[in-house]
Amino acid sequence: MEAFAALLDALVYTRSRNAKLKLLADYLRETPDPDRGWALAALTGGLDFPAVKSSTIRNLLSERVDPILYALSRDFVGDSAETASLLWPEPGTAPTPPTVSEAVDALSRMTRASVMTALPELLDRLDSDGRYALLKMATGAMRIGISARLAKTAFAQAFGVPVEEVEEHWHGQTPPYQPLFAWAAHGEEAPSSEGIPLFRPFMLAHPLDETIVDMADYAAEWKWDGIRVQLVRAEDADGNGETRVYSRSGDDISGTFPEVAASLPFPAVLDGELLVRGSHQGGEEGGAASFNALQQRLGRKTVSKKMLAEYPAFVRLYDVLILDGEDLRELPWGQRRQRLEALMPRLDPDHFDLSQVIDAGTLEDLAKIRGRTRDDAIEGVMLKRRDSPYIAGRRTGLWYKWKRDPLLVDCVMMYAQRGNGRRSSFYSDYTFGCWDGDPDQGAELLPVGKAYSGITDEELKWLDKYVRNHTVNRFGPVRETERTLVLEVAFDSIHASKRHKSGVAMRFPRINRIRADKPAHEADRIEALRALIRD
Amino acid sequence: MEPQRFRPILLSMTHDFSWIRPEPWGIHVVPADCWIDPSRPVPRALVTHGHADHARGGHGETLATPETLAIMKLRYQTQDGARATVYGEPVPLRGGVTATWLPAGHVLGSAQILLEHAGERIVVTGDYKRRPDPTCPPFEVTACDVLITEATFGLPVFRHPPIEHEIAKLLKALADNPDRCILVGAYALGKAQRLIAEVRRVGHCAPIYLHGAMERMCRLYESFGVDLGDLRLVSDAKKEEIAGHIVVCPPSALNDRWSRRLPEPITAMASGWMRVRQRARQRMVELPLVISDHADWDELTKTVEDVNPYETWITHGREEAMLRWCQLHQRRAKALALVGYEDEDD
Repeated sequence: MEAFAALLDALVYTRSRNAKLKLLADYLRETPDPDRGWALAALTGGLDFPAVKSSTIRNLLSERVDPILYALSRDFVGDSAETASLLWPEPGTAPTPPTVSEAVDALSRMTRASVMTALPELLDRLDSDGRYALLKMATGAMRIGISARLAKTAFAQAFGVPVEEVEEHWHGQTPPYQPLFAWAAHGEEAPSSEGIPLFRPFMLAHPLDETIVDMADYAAEWKWDGIRVQLVRAEDADGNGETRVYSRSGDDISGTFPEVAASLPFPAVLDGELLVRGSHQGGEEGGAASFNALQQRLGRKTVSKKMLAEYPAFVRLYDVLILDGEDLRELPWGQRRQRLEALMPRLDPDHFDLSQVIDAGTLEDLAKIRGRTRDDAIEGVMLKRRDSPYIAGRRTGLWYKWKRDPLLVDCVMMYAQRGNGRRSSFYSDYTFGCWDGDPDQGAELLPVGKAYSGITDEELKWLDKYVRNHTVNRFGPVRETERTLVLEVAFDSIHASKRHKSGVAMRFPRINRIRADKPAHEADRIEALRALIRD
Repeated sequence: MEPQRFRPILLSMTHDFSWIRPEPWGIHVVPADCWIDPSRPVPRALVTHGHADHARGGHGETLATPETLAIMKLRYQTQDGARATVYGEPVPLRGGVTATWLPAGHVLGSAQILLEHAGERIVVTGDYKRRPDPTCPPFEVTACDVLITEATFGLPVFRHPPIEHEIAKLLKALADNPDRCILVGAYALGKAQRLIAEVRRVGHCAPIYLHGAMERMCRLYESFGVDLGDLRLVSDAKKEEIAGHIVVCPPSALNDRWSRRLPEPITAMASGWMRVRQRARQRMVELPLVISDHADWDELTKTVEDVNPYETWITHGREEAMLRWCQLHQRRAKALALVGYEDEDD
């Protein structure tokens, strides 16, 4: 448990992805079975101990610590598990900590009746970092940003095996993943993946930028503004099967979109855009709503009937990778497209439609079509080489994304915060606002967005210096700046938002230009932003 | 079990200790007309230690230990009206008041001040800790009627781990990253020198690099006999030679542009606040070192028990929790509201 506690602590303080990968890989390599498997499950949210709730922790503490002292402490620390780990009475003698496996075993055997005596017995065997790790593991609230994909990448890195193979063998395995470790660490036979719906890494696109392509070689499609998903159904010889929905990072989101997962009736791997029904211009079978509506459905572990009814999800299909056991990835795009069109009648139109191919003879024609649309469900256009196979990753010359020109608005810098990683020590995250009326009549600035990209290193240095020289207030790591600097902000779309005082939320805001030449009172007003809302 | 208190003095008299008066800008010793750690200029100041929130310049007369006076001279350039006191030697003041400076174990020269008047004894702890510190003599428990204690870490979540544990963490990170340096943010007076002395104590004798703002205080410590080993300035060093070494800077310089001249620094901070993970994360700290020159919760409560005063007055910090503890242990206590005593960087 000490090594796991140390790992957890290190992950809390580590911000870079590569450093997190190294920490995880080192732990997985150095820790014996089955501890490392349980730890991996704990980090990726694969463990559930129903007897331990956050109220359990509160109740345990109230038996040992004065409630007022507990409340004052909890208020300062801001996290129940951490407060409890710090407040727990130190054991008198040097504790003999349980292993991760012992802890998992004990936690899984706890009932509502036994937890009040069994959990303290474990806590008494740990120091404060160990208690923190145990309580975080028991309540499943890690919040350290380890996605399933990151864990698999770390696993691959730890044992020098290809991540695609890890992906393939991982599925169907349950904690503590012994056959997986036996395969990767000891070279034993890999666990069988038959009948298991595996994730295949996505084919991705390069930005078109200045590239000129000949439209004779490329097909154009809309770039829909939902989330890219892969639907996978695998069946065994008896026709029993399972369908999973994977996000772009390879995370299984079937639980979030059960109606989609339930609607693929034959074994296949399909690539498409997950959207919710709406009134915007859409595909052949009906419209899709903006990303804002889809957001209501994202990140939920369980979905209520109301959610299903209000925000019905469907997939707009782009491609087919595998169909009825036949791998189509080597075929040119044109042939795959034919197969995709041919299979559409086999799919329920409530849950699937086809992403249209745009008829454009030249790049100029396409530019006109792209320029005409200002629909919130459309991010731009995609160009796909007609003879290209489906290749994982981002291969030059095969697929291009050509995003539509962004919307631009002039805002005033209000706050700045230091960045992470390469940008640490630089004030690189900016909050900016627009006027809620006429600035000459006493209108105020209301924050409308926050951006930390779009600028060159030179501009970053300039802005960093500007922030340091124009600070009027400090709130912890945040500096409030003089409201004098105009920033031209680019964004893809804007939505009504109840969460923001300004009533609007921008999608993909980034700094387009520094407008040091423009006086702040000439920056845009919020009403100008509201006029751009197309929900 | 609560020890039985016996104070015969109390049987015949009532005590309101009105000769000492806490005001927002300091503690007024009325018959002697002098102030303890005043935050505004006064004719006569009794100073517990050299931290800026306790030791201000501009007083007519300043009484403090020689070490504290030297620190104040370094910071304020002038030393008009300085009167040196000696640990344990009573200093007679006006109005029948005697003041005695006693070791507080906080930083070099730090003291508690014992005030005696008309048979009553009041101890003002200033800032203190109960753990050993190679840079200053340990806290002395002194019997008194009123204990005026600090409470910077006055919450039961604050239990500082043994310093050996934190130093080992620092040295392990150093050994694990030979191509990088560990940049430790530490309070320029006290924390920095204690950290360096503790690192030396476990046999680490490689050069330690300093931010320019640290140098004079380190030299002052050395002039009082605290050995800090091989210290060098970052500004005199090449980037490559700093790799694999410890660099010490004030906390304010941690994420400053200054750190860009260092080889891939790992950001560490030595502070009692590092006990709480979110605090460390907010400061972008990658290697939190829970090292404090203040008493933790156990030390604070133990000190009240050890001194066993008739009344406990609580200042600068989280007074509510200490008050609650006193109430739970049937001890008379009250909170004082003094201005400007929050120590964010400790």
